[in-house]
Amino acid sequence: MNKLSDDQVRHLRDLVDAPDLSGTRYEIVRRLAAGGMATVFLVRDRELEREVALKVLTVADQGGELVKRMLREAQIVARLEHPGIVPIHDVGRLPDGRVFYTMKYVEGVTLEQFASPARTLPELVRVLQRVCEALAFAHAHGVLHRDLKPSNIMIGAFGEVLVMDWGIARRASDTESTPNVAAGNDHPATDTAPGMALGTPAYMAPEQALGRPELIDQRTDVYGLGGVLYFILTGHAPKSGSGEAEIIPPRTHDRKIPRRIEAICLRALAADPRERYPDVTSFADDLDAFLAGESVSAYPETIFERVGRWTQRNQLVVILILVYLLVRVLFLFWRHA
Amino acid sequence: MMAAHNADTGGGAGRFPSTHYSALVALRGPDQAERERALDVIAQVYWRPVYTYIRLQWRRDRDEAADLTQGFFLEILEKDLFADYDSARARFRTFLRVCLDRFIKKQDSAATRLKRGGGQTAMSIDVDAMEAELAELSSRGVPAPDVGFEREWILGLLSLAVERLRSECATSGRELPFRLFERYDLGKLDTDQSSSYAQLAAEFSISIETVTNHLALARREFRLIVLDLIRSMTGSESEFRDEVRAVLGVDLP
Repeated sequence: MNKLSDDQVRHLRDLVDAPDLSGTRYEIVRRLAAGGMATVFLVRDRELEREVALKVLTVADQGGELVKRMLREAQIVARLEHPGIVPIHDVGRLPDGRVFYTMKYVEGVTLEQFASPARTLPELVRVLQRVCEALAFAHAHGVLHRDLKPSNIMIGAFGEVLVMDWGIARRASDTESTPNVAAGNDHPATDTAPGMALGTPAYMAPEQALGRPELIDQRTDVYGLGGVLYFILTGHAPKSGSGEAEIIPPRTHDRKIPRRIEAICLRALAADPRERYPDVTSFADDLDAFLAGESVSAYPETIFERVGRWTQRNQLVVILILVYLLVRVLFLFWRHA
Repeated sequence: MMAAHNADTGGGAGRFPSTHYSALVALRGPDQAERERALDVIAQVYWRPVYTYIRLQWRRDRDEAADLTQGFFLEILEKDLFADYDSARARFRTFLRVCLDRFIKKQDSAATRLKRGGGQTAMSIDVDAMEAELAELSSRGVPAPDVGFEREWILGLLSLAVERLRSECATSGRELPFRLFERYDLGKLDTDQSSSYAQLAAEFSISIETVTNHLALARREFRLIVLDLIRSMTGSESEFRDEVRAVLGVDLP
């Protein structure tokens, strides 16, 4: 046979992992991402003639528990109709019994890829503000994300910002004694039973890492947002693992990072949930204030810093006052002479 | 003597037993015919990586690399090179590379060099195609020998799997699934023609559902063949899973 091209090899490798879509309205195009428990494929919807992303479990489903969780994830996300949250289109079963769901296919890059050194801090903070809007909406509907990190934030071709991978999201009202985590991403299959943890260690809030489900609430996502802000400021995750290691202040990495945004970041990343922002809106308010050059609640300024910030914000006024004073002094000298 | 074959045409290895056949076990068994058949399969997958490795790591010219590649596969059978293979200690392809290094060092001694090229032809090697590929690879920067080896190993494995699928579909009278597979999964990327299921249905005068079902069947078979091939060339379950991860980039359920 003719030699396979690199593209063909790539396609065939994806194909071996591809689900059997016979009996559905979808055609495989290619694999988009593979995690430990689920794989996402780009598929073509024949009925609506559009491309969508299809997520399907790739691990053995013992006892049907994962199917329930996959459905739960789909149901949770389907309730959240917001421009910053990827919409779910359809849920179904493959011929082999596995549950899948389809969602909007987002063409773009993750925040991890987007946050290059060429981007300005205000530009990246504005992305985080959009994330806050989506999170605040989810929280208002009683849903916690619990796995916020740069690779779960997509920036679309038209600048739209979407929060992805709600695989371990849960309803805030869920009782902790029952399994309440949607599966289907890179994480272990169980969570929220005391002593167990789900999420990404480097971005995981201490109460999550310690398996303390009774402490998990909106402030757990505030911690995740703090982790994303830390990444924006330093290019690194706040921690190297899930331990309770002290977080190195961002300015240790780069002294040019403004103190006010560092303070916002560190408050969001406080180990004790009571010391964090009480909700996403308060965190977003401080981001707004930072971008507007105003004082932020996380950072008590000295009088000099306040004057310095006012001066920076009102440079034209300051210049005019200085020019006026200079003219007055020169005038006085001239008269005196 | 090992059966002659041309890797470009997939060889004439016929249908493999699909459950837990181990070419490694057969290669070390007492039955000479089985040993030759097992080596034939291993050679089909590994001659490309071996040739590439000799060119990149040992920097031999094309003729010498072809000669050494053939000599290596002959020696595997004659000297029972894989007798010491222990899957608990190393992956098979790592072990194979160690054997290859030893073989080339040995060939470098004057005494043994004289013995090479004695007219025995183990297999036909498409040197021109390999050289074209190496030139293409080098144009993107010379690859590390182990990277080149792994790339060619995956290529060899998938090429053989496609040939087996073709052969099995033909044998069982299911040409249509393979033609659809060839057209959609191999053809469209080769020719950059986007063939949707609807286009294929029109082209073959069948329903879209039939296209979907045939493609699903061919892909299922292809998956089984790939896994079967990997299993046949690994010595343990954990090595099998490691190699599946290396080839497919995913973990098996």
